[in-house]
Amino acid sequence: MVSQNDLLRDHQKVEMIRIGNLHKRYKKVIALNGLNLDIPAGSFFGLLGPNGAGKTTIVNILTTLTRPDSGRVTVNGFDVVKEPIRAKLEIGVVPQSINLDMELSARENLFIHGLLYGMSQKDIRQEGERMLSFVGLEECADRPVKDFSGGMKRRLMIARALMHSPRVVFLDEPTVGLDVTTRRKLWELLKKINQEGATILLTTHYIEEAEALCDMVGIIDFGKLIALGSPKTLIQRVGPIVVEQMAEDGIRTHFFSNRKEATSFIERLKGSALIREANLEDVFLELTGRRVNQ
Amino acid sequence: MTGFCGIFLREMLIIRKRIFKMLLSLSVSPLLYMIAFGLGLGSRLEVENVRYMTFLVPGLIAMSTMSQSFAISSEINISRFYWRIFEEFQASPVSSLAIALGETLSGIVRGLMAAGVIIVLGIIFGVNLRLSFFLWISIWVNAFIFSALAVNTAMLVKSHADQAMLSNFVIIPMAFLCGTFFSTSTLPPWAYYVIQALPLTHTSKMIRASALGYPMPWVSFFVALGFGLVFFVSSIYTVKRAQV
Repeated sequence: MVSQNDLLRDHQKVEMIRIGNLHKRYKKVIALNGLNLDIPAGSFFGLLGPNGAGKTTIVNILTTLTRPDSGRVTVNGFDVVKEPIRAKLEIGVVPQSINLDMELSARENLFIHGLLYGMSQKDIRQEGERMLSFVGLEECADRPVKDFSGGMKRRLMIARALMHSPRVVFLDEPTVGLDVTTRRKLWELLKKINQEGATILLTTHYIEEAEALCDMVGIIDFGKLIALGSPKTLIQRVGPIVVEQMAEDGIRTHFFSNRKEATSFIERLKGSALIREANLEDVFLELTGRRVNQ
Repeated sequence: MTGFCGIFLREMLIIRKRIFKMLLSLSVSPLLYMIAFGLGLGSRLEVENVRYMTFLVPGLIAMSTMSQSFAISSEINISRFYWRIFEEFQASPVSSLAIALGETLSGIVRGLMAAGVIIVLGIIFGVNLRLSFFLWISIWVNAFIFSALAVNTAMLVKSHADQAMLSNFVIIPMAFLCGTFFSTSTLPPWAYYVIQALPLTHTSKMIRASALGYPMPWVSFFVALGFGLVFFVSSIYTVKRAQV
């Protein structure tokens, strides 16, 4: 999106997002409990965790919709509490719920967004057309959004989030409720956005989504970061091969560093068992004793 | 003031999309009041030395301007809690002042539209009002007060039900008690003083005086303007505090 981002991608140590000791409580519920996290510029970062883990709260704090109780959050060096207007210019947001103006057309939605971000009318028109073509909606740009399918609405939300060339794009469960084909098309779009230089923070509870898209994943549970690394590293850490043993009290999961060890384990077992490659769901299970989608 | 145009234009686009429905619905209540109270009950009445219909129409302008300007609170409420469009405003680099101003001005536009509809209906019913500069200023101040109040309430309420309750307890009593349908001078002293504390009483006076060619009640003008400014300043604060 921004040419400077191409430079930042070459210097992965530059932190685009810094979260320090972040706390947030809603009445008696602790949403975030001293969260620390740094996200490098240019990365495609996935925040993985079950519903209620605190993912949306993080995005809402980063986008200044929610005030943290304590802690510090910066986006490209701008404090989201002390310099919210400046921080917001760095950010593009695709929220979980579809918050488009249904009565307006796609083009009008983008036009309003451009004005909200202080873009000139000339830039709005240019970027609007570019974004509509980027997400493949140029043919229906003048149709009311209420006539769009779920996937088209999501694509329009992504176009809207990119209109003002943000350095960071937050995507909060962007593929919820979409069919598999539309979801895969959106993945391609998101990869393209990242390849063009934007740092992406994606929250999801779809394991395969995080594995397919993210070069770095943070696993969050009860408002705390419990694991951080690339999907491959995290899987390696617990063991890349899984044996699921069908026991009387349910399925028991065993991790192995290679297939040979796993096979020899199965040979010693009396009951039936399944051997497969580990995924991030297994990492979560190993770390918390629960499944992400439980 | 980055983004103010975006907020205001968004509201104007919505009005443009709904213009025919809006004009139609804006005409229904005043038309019924004019037929029922103006032609029916008030055909042989005189209030403050004018025929009742002539007295009624400025009151209807005040009431309808108030209702339509205040109605933006429901619109904001729906866009905040149901469509979540308000989040887009909150997530953008737009100041609270720009949001409050954009929404308040859109409420003023709605109020002015409502006034325009009643003026046209009044002409159809043979009521000749003085469409002076002071009349439009009075209508504008009335719309300003209630759209600014609407922004406040929309930011403070937590649900649609709260919003409806506020309208029932605040707006509807004002609509009926603040000199819209009758002269407040006929009220007992205690009631007279109570309603002097309500902004619609003052704007009704201003609108009626300017529409009928009487001298402008300047005390009411400044009191009303004061209400508007207080509500507007507090709306900036409530917009800022509307985070969770």
